[in-house]
Amino acid sequence: MTLAVETTPAPPEPAAAPQAARDGLCTARVEIRLDGGWHPVCDVAQLTPGRGVAVLLPDGRQAAVFLDRTGGVYAIGNQDPFTGAWVLSRGLLGRVGAAGRPFVASPLLKQRFDLTTGSCLDDDTVSVPAYSVRTR
Amino acid sequence: MAPDETTATAHTDGTPQARPTIVLVGHGMVGQRFLEALAERGVTGRARVVVLCEEPRAAYDRVQLTSYFSGRTPDDLALGEPGFTARHGIELHLGDPAESVDRGARTVTSRAGLTFRYDTLVLATGSYPFVPPVHGKDAEGCFVYRTIEDLLAIEDYAKTAKTGAVVGGGLLGLEAAGALKGLGLTTHVVEFAPRLMPVQVDEGGGAALRRTVEDMGVEVHTGVGTQEIEVGDTGAVAGMTLSDGTSLAADLVVFSAGVRPRDQLARDCGLDVGERGGIAVDERCRTSDPAVFAIGECALAADGRVYGLVAPGYEMAETAADAICGEEASFTGADTSTKLKLLGVDVASFGDAHGTADGCLDVVYSDSRSGVYKKLVVGSDGALLGGVLVGDADAYGMLRPLTGSVPPLAPEQLVLPAGVGAPAALGPSALPDEAVICSCHNVTKGTIRGAVTEHHCTGVPEVKKCTTAGTGCGSCVKVLTQLVNDELEAGGVVVDKGLCGCFAHTRAELYEIVRVRRLTSYAQVLDEHGREEARGGDGCEICKPAIGSVIASLAPSIGADGYVLDGEQAALQDTNDHFLANLQRNGSYSVVPRVPGGEITPEKLIVIGEVARDFGLYTKITGGQRIDLFGAGVDQLPQIWARLVEAGFESGHAYGKALRTVKSCVGQTWCRYGVQDSVRMAIDLELRYRGLRSPHKLKSAVSGCARECAEARGKDFGVIATSNGWNLYVGGNGGATPRHADLLAQDLDDEQLIRLIDRFLMFYIRTADRLERTSTWLERIEGGLDHVRDVVVEDSLGICDELERLMADHVAGYRDEWAATLEDPDRLRRFVSFVNAPGTPDPSVRFVPERDQVKPDLDVLAGPVLPIRTLEGSNA
Ligand SMILES: Cc1cc2nc3c(=O)[nH]c(=O)nc-3n(C[C@H](O)[C@H](O)[C@H](O)COP(=O)(O)OP(=O)(O)OC[C@H]3O[C@@H](n4cnc5c(N)ncnc54)[C@H](O)[C@@H]3O)c2cc1C
Repeated sequence: MTLAVETTPAPPEPAAAPQAARDGLCTARVEIRLDGGWHPVCDVAQLTPGRGVAVLLPDGRQAAVFLDRTGGVYAIGNQDPFTGAWVLSRGLLGRVGAAGRPFVASPLLKQRFDLTTGSCLDDDTVSVPAYSVRTR
Repeated sequence: MAPDETTATAHTDGTPQARPTIVLVGHGMVGQRFLEALAERGVTGRARVVVLCEEPRAAYDRVQLTSYFSGRTPDDLALGEPGFTARHGIELHLGDPAESVDRGARTVTSRAGLTFRYDTLVLATGSYPFVPPVHGKDAEGCFVYRTIEDLLAIEDYAKTAKTGAVVGGGLLGLEAAGALKGLGLTTHVVEFAPRLMPVQVDEGGGAALRRTVEDMGVEVHTGVGTQEIEVGDTGAVAGMTLSDGTSLAADLVVFSAGVRPRDQLARDCGLDVGERGGIAVDERCRTSDPAVFAIGECALAADGRVYGLVAPGYEMAETAADAICGEEASFTGADTSTKLKLLGVDVASFGDAHGTADGCLDVVYSDSRSGVYKKLVVGSDGALLGGVLVGDADAYGMLRPLTGSVPPLAPEQLVLPAGVGAPAALGPSALPDEAVICSCHNVTKGTIRGAVTEHHCTGVPEVKKCTTAGTGCGSCVKVLTQLVNDELEAGGVVVDKGLCGCFAHTRAELYEIVRVRRLTSYAQVLDEHGREEARGGDGCEICKPAIGSVIASLAPSIGADGYVLDGEQAALQDTNDHFLANLQRNGSYSVVPRVPGGEITPEKLIVIGEVARDFGLYTKITGGQRIDLFGAGVDQLPQIWARLVEAGFESGHAYGKALRTVKSCVGQTWCRYGVQDSVRMAIDLELRYRGLRSPHKLKSAVSGCARECAEARGKDFGVIATSNGWNLYVGGNGGATPRHADLLAQDLDDEQLIRLIDRFLMFYIRTADRLERTSTWLERIEGGLDHVRDVVVEDSLGICDELERLMADHVAGYRDEWAATLEDPDRLRRFVSFVNAPGTPDPSVRFVPERDQVKPDLDVLAGPVLPIRTLEGSNA
């Protein structure tokens, strides 16, 4: 899989994928912080920029992991709080401008969630868990 | 005649309940407007209003009568808001004409024997078609052209007829000729005057008009009268003898030789009538009896004229309503501008078209090669007095309102075609506020501007509703649209037509950008054509699929990969396209194999059954004549499809903004009524357009006869068989806003049909907005159906070759997405529930039994309690 190579700097918050990973050459790992420890979930190479994948966490929960076009990686809970379905990983990622905040739109009823905080952009009383992520 | 109960109560004068009674005779266009005028003035609350209506149906739009033949139903033609009469307590007696009036007793008696006492009587009886007293005029096969019933009878008789002749080459005669042509008859028009439309156009215009009408295949005979209708042995029409002795074979004749006011009722009760007919009225529309009014085509107005157009009738209706309310109002004459509808010829005349005013001069532009003739009549002071436009009546909407004033441009600039030394076309900003934009409803530019500035209308449909402008003959819609847009812009209402927060362009503009620049990458489109602030970002959930779809539609022509799951394209698709299946509420997917035309072999049916059984899927027959299999997990999709592809199925694209199905009835092969092989045509069409990505889903159907069992007129493009070929309808829709499709073309052979659909679909894909179905697109785009017909039938933009080529590229480039997916391990890799646990199904996707099948177990999802926000664009 070839990943888009971009010169735009990644926003500070998310984990930036190593350059090699962005070139699609090596298999940097994505790790999610859970209960005080880092837990590997997949390879960066398994991600498609602009989309997400679902990963199964050790305690049976599910997380949705995303990659944006600058190489930023994010993880939030996979359950869509509006429908109860575990589908957020199948939504489309968006980010308005190079400095914009990345979000995902639920594939069911299209509510959007901030990928760095988990808060719903269309209803501020709703949020999903957001996980710290690093790649190494 | 036994008085009925109605009469009894009507006679209880002096009792407290007694209200004044207004009786209206005639529920035509003007009658209906009169009732609306009464309701607006609150009279319907104070007075009893009784209406006697001769026709079996309530008032309808007679002006648009001919559009019945292009697919509008009698219901579509109905006038007034639904439930209008009931809401205002108006007593409407359908199919019961007034037979006599006793002015002494102030009563009206109907044919059914009802007698009504009136305080005020209003006659709105309209006209009857004049039939010249020639021998044979009453033979079977002779018709007039005035009511829906007339059209139904003509349509029925035309089924067995070959040649039709229209007596009269005026406005209505040409409309009728167009209708006969449309019904598949060889058509003649016989006009006594030396030219067509003698009342409206001058000699030069008549010559241009004649050429155009002849080019359309209508035979024109001018300067001859109808001597006799030849009647065959069976008593039916066989032909016509003309005044020059020649004979014309014809088995259907329509008389359209002018109309005469229906004043018999008035004559019989001794009201004054004109020498040449018409119930004489004063400026307030009162007859010689002050308790009786006459309005519309039956009235002889105070200026000594009988008006055969609807706009003056409407003015009379308002005048009479004012007079009844004791308000000051007068009708002293009206504009008689007209524009020919249908037949595909542009003809308009307005104001003093024949230049009868003293000292007036003509400015004429004439081009016989293209059949264009334009004449403006200008007064000695330079004011525009009137004109005739043939072959190109675009300027009508602007010129008519300018009549009476000195135009802002020299008259020669107003008649020259665009590009021939003519400056930029005159815009509606040049018009004064008093200029009447919609002459049918007498709506001025000022009123339209007010609708935007004061009533906050934000688009043409709202303005139409608020002001009624543009809802009559429709000839002003173009100017109206310009005016509304100008006004919105001037008001600082930034009409942001941009696709989303990332793009200031519309989908149609982005389509052109992608096509012309051959851009195959979304990122490039965003970074080079996105809004400044969106560049360098990831786009959003609105523009990604929209541009993904544009790139996919153009893929074969711009050198992009048509397969939607590869490379960057993969990140643009909604989840349905991403997994080539439809996401359901519990996170499972449904699968719909293509069943072209709804035809399926027993073997294939068995395979579907076996697959459903083996994977535990819920099965349901869809409205599109195929079978939907629900409840598949992401991991199961490739296995399910491996079995389906093996059995010869391919993707049904139920997940995409693409062609869904082409439904069909069983057609000529089996059905005793069928006249064409609808199943074969449906299969051909479905296979041709499968996989075509479009702004929204596309549905189609083919019916094998006029009984229309396939419901083709509820589809984006629908085909209905005729004995001569196929009729093509476009822009239909079911769902929340049903719309009957409009007839685009008739009696096409297979090849013509397919070529026309190719062009239509590509033109739609090119110009529609995101998620805009053909029905809304057709209503939105400037010029509507007529414009689309010009472009795709007449090739007015010269793009048909290109549209056809784009479709040919699509057809040649088609590959089944599921077969392609199964062949490629890389592509299959995404079909896992969890990347870190391939093979583990999603534990939240579970099912419970219901009616011998399964349904989602929603308890596992821990019941959503949150309010649901619905957004357009969900794939429901
Ligand atoms: C095909 C066609 C195309 C036209 N195109 C145009 C156009 O483009 N522009 C334009 O301005 N005009 C056009 N006209 C003319 C327009 O339709 C008329 O001007 C308009 O309908 C007049 O309205 P009205 O109410 O006076 O008469 P009508 O609409 O004819 O209504 C009169 C009604 O009274 C009924 N009636 C008669 N006698 C009795 C009785 N004794 N008791 C009860 N009811 C009775 C009749 O049955 C009829 O329903 C067109 C007409 C036709 C037929």
